[in-house]
Amino acid sequence: MGVGIEVRGLRAWFGASEALHGISVEMRPNTVTAIIGPSGCGKSTFVRCLNRMHETIPGARVEGEVRIGSTDVYGNGTPAVEVRRRVGMVFQKPNPFPTMTIYDNVAAGLKLNGFRNRRELDETVERSLHMAALWDEVKDGLKKQSGASLSGGQQQRLCIARALAVQPEVLLMDEPASALDPISTAKIEDLIYQLKERFTVVIVTHNMQQAARVAEWTGFFLMGDLIEFDKTQKIFTTPGDKRTEDYITGRFG
Amino acid sequence: MAEALQSGMPVRLSLRRRLVNRAVMAATGVAALLVLIPLFLILGFLGAKGIGSVNWAFLTHTPVPVGELGGGMANAIVGTFMILGIASLIGVPWGIAGGIYLSEYGRNRFGNAIRFTADVLNGVPSIVTGMAVYGLVVVTQGHFSAFAGGIALGIMMIPIIVRATEEMLLMVPQTIREAALGLGIPQWRTTLSVTLRTASSGVITGIMLAFARVAGETAPLLFTAFGNQFWNLKLNQPTAALSLQVYTYAISPYEDWHRMAWAGALVLIVMIMGTISVVRIIASRGMLKGAA
Ligand SMILES: Nc1ncnc2c1ncn2[C@@H]1O[C@H](COP(=O)(O)OP(=O)(O)O)[C@@H](O)[C@H]1O
Ligand SMILES: [Mg+2]
Repeated sequence: MGVGIEVRGLRAWFGASEALHGISVEMRPNTVTAIIGPSGCGKSTFVRCLNRMHETIPGARVEGEVRIGSTDVYGNGTPAVEVRRRVGMVFQKPNPFPTMTIYDNVAAGLKLNGFRNRRELDETVERSLHMAALWDEVKDGLKKQSGASLSGGQQQRLCIARALAVQPEVLLMDEPASALDPISTAKIEDLIYQLKERFTVVIVTHNMQQAARVAEWTGFFLMGDLIEFDKTQKIFTTPGDKRTEDYITGRFG
Repeated sequence: MAEALQSGMPVRLSLRRRLVNRAVMAATGVAALLVLIPLFLILGFLGAKGIGSVNWAFLTHTPVPVGELGGGMANAIVGTFMILGIASLIGVPWGIAGGIYLSEYGRNRFGNAIRFTADVLNGVPSIVTGMAVYGLVVVTQGHFSAFAGGIALGIMMIPIIVRATEEMLLMVPQTIREAALGLGIPQWRTTLSVTLRTASSGVITGIMLAFARVAGETAPLLFTAFGNQFWNLKLNQPTAALSLQVYTYAISPYEDWHRMAWAGALVLIVMIMGTISVVRIIASRGMLKGAA
């Protein structure tokens, strides 16, 4: 089941330059939230702060509070690896592990965390590939084919299956379809729609039609600030802020 | 001008292009051939000179005294494997660990110091390494040994493997590391089971390069392993090595020993090529086997 996300006064830096200037927002369990905004406004930085990936960049720093369910993400004594197991992430460019089979790609998060039960691994791999709508296409080559041998769209669904296999509560997707063809994109959008039954999804997108199609909530970012956060319907029809309206209507960005 | 481009010119251009293409292809082909010629010359010459003296006795017997015919280099073949085994046990883990440090944590002063040291170590003449190990190990222990020879060659392997491993790890895209970290896999596990694994075929190439580079070394073994005319399987005794044996026999005044030297050189080359091929085959088989 998904859990809620609560962000308060979140600021993020790359070295001396501040990329997020105090973001506060609340996302409900089992919702899909789209993050939109022009390039460089801090969308990626924002989602990477939710699962503590931001701090893996040398010189990067975070301030403020993030709660995922009842977990204080930046609390003393909350290990980053624990947060990342509960908050899965799918990146912009498909990044399967190239020297691993399809099976091992999906099982990696469990295996490399010391999980060894063969039968449960088999079940989890199959279930995750089913959820990612990839099972039928790869079931014959599971343990023979390399993850890198798949098409771009299949690779991205493999990455989604890999993220789902560790059974997270939140799924972050950073422009997951921007490198894909329209058919693969449609498949992934369908998928997101079904995923919210089980997860809370945050999806960064450049594509406003996509936001309108998959997300019930939308946040508009501009130069490191969250300008507006509301029902997607409202953002796209009667935005409350002039800057949101300018962006939606294509006047900049 | 524009008209010319539209009508007649393109045909002539493409003819010119085809010719240039042919010429460049021929030139690169010739260049590749030129690179291969010395290799085949050496291998062919070695084969022609050595093959006649490689027989069962050569592979199974120890050397016989001057004047007697026959004998072989069996002890030197085994000794070479012993010394190279010790060298690899030292050079491979040490070199890989160093390479991992440099690529994953070494973007600082200390890292640069290590890089510089590795490059200097790589440039140290091998006989100097041999002398250092003589002073540090042989003199301290009081005797020559396979162990001392292995240390000398192992030290030579380290900088080659360090730099090769670093380079190969740096070629692994950052997005692969992020994928692993994003799954909640700890940093150390990510480095060993994902990053190093992704780079493994390149790292193995680096190891083989280092192996081949030291396998034929003679100078660093002169006052470490020292050589031996008899069987020895103890690591702390003077030990024969093919390179030493070839050297001793080649500078001798005896026709029969010269024949043996050629045969020894041929066996050494075949051993190196054989080892590299076996490692390659095993590595490529294991490539897609289970994670962890
Ligand atoms: N690794 C980095 N090092 C330094 N600055 C960065 C890095 N990544 C992003 N930034 C800067 O942070 C700001 C926000 O970037 P990002 O979150 O990637 O934007 P978006 O995903 O909305 O395009 C930009 O000004 C960008 O230049
Ligand atoms: Mg981005």
